[in-house]
Amino acid sequence: MEINTTHYKRCDVVKSVGRIDSYTAPELEEVLKKLTDDGKYKIVLDLEEVDFMSSKGWWVLIETQKACKRYNRGELVLTGVQDRIRDSLNLVGMGGYFQLYDDVVSGVAHF
Amino acid sequence: MVTETFPGRFESLAGIREFVFQAASDAGFDEKEIYAVELAVDEACANIIEHAYGGEDVGEIECTCNDLKDGLEIIIKDGGEPFDPGEVVPPDFSVALEDVTPRGAGLFLIRNMMDDVDFVFSKEDGNVLRMVKRKKE
Repeated sequence: MEINTTHYKRCDVVKSVGRIDSYTAPELEEVLKKLTDDGKYKIVLDLEEVDFMSSKGWWVLIETQKACKRYNRGELVLTGVQDRIRDSLNLVGMGGYFQLYDDVVSGVAHF
Repeated sequence: MVTETFPGRFESLAGIREFVFQAASDAGFDEKEIYAVELAVDEACANIIEHAYGGEDVGEIECTCNDLKDGLEIIIKDGGEPFDPGEVVPPDFSVALEDVTPRGAGLFLIRNMMDDVDFVFSKEDGNVLRMVKRKKE
C-alpha cells in the first residue's frame, strides 16, 4: 500500500492507494497516529484509489476520529470513497461517524 | 470445486481474496457481489488469525470454493480454538464516537454480505465456516 501526506496551512491531506486490510491497516494507522501525536487534528483522507477496506481499516479511522474530535480540536474527513466501500460502511452503521466528500478540494474546504 | 491452503498470517489475506475473487468471477457474479464475497472471506480469515489462532503463523487456513447451480459455496477451515458465534456481541454503532468498540463488526459484515452462514466445530475438522452467496434469479 502507498500512503502520501501533504501538509497544508489549514489541514493535512493523506492519500492512500491500494487495499486496506488487517495486513496493511497498521501502515495507515502509523501515518495517522503520527499526525495526531504531532498535534495535527484536521485531516483529509483521500480514499479515491483505495478499492478494498475491511473492518480493520474502519477501526483505524474510528480511532483517528476519536483523537481528532476530542476537545473539538479537529476532524477526520473522507474523500473519494468508492461506492462498494461506502455501502459496507453504511451497512455496518459506521457511516454516521464521518463526513464524506466527493473530492479532496471539497474535503479541504470543510476546514 | 477448488481448494487452496494458506499460511495463517495477515499477509495471506490478499492471496485468499484473489482466490475467492476468481471463483466468484467464474461463477458469474457482478462486481458488487464479488466485493461482498471478498469482504466476507477477508473478515472471516482475519478473525481466524486474530482469535482462533490468537496470532500469526500458528496454523493454516483451508479455503474451498464450490460453484453450486444457484450460488457459490465457500468453506473455510482452521485448526484454532473453537469459535462460538453465539458469544459474539453484535456491534452497536448508535453510541457516541468515544464509546465505539470494533468487536463483532467482522461477523456482522460476514452475515450481511453472504446469504447462508454456518459455523461448525468438530474435533476432527476443527472450525468449519460454510458460507453461500446466492445467484440472483
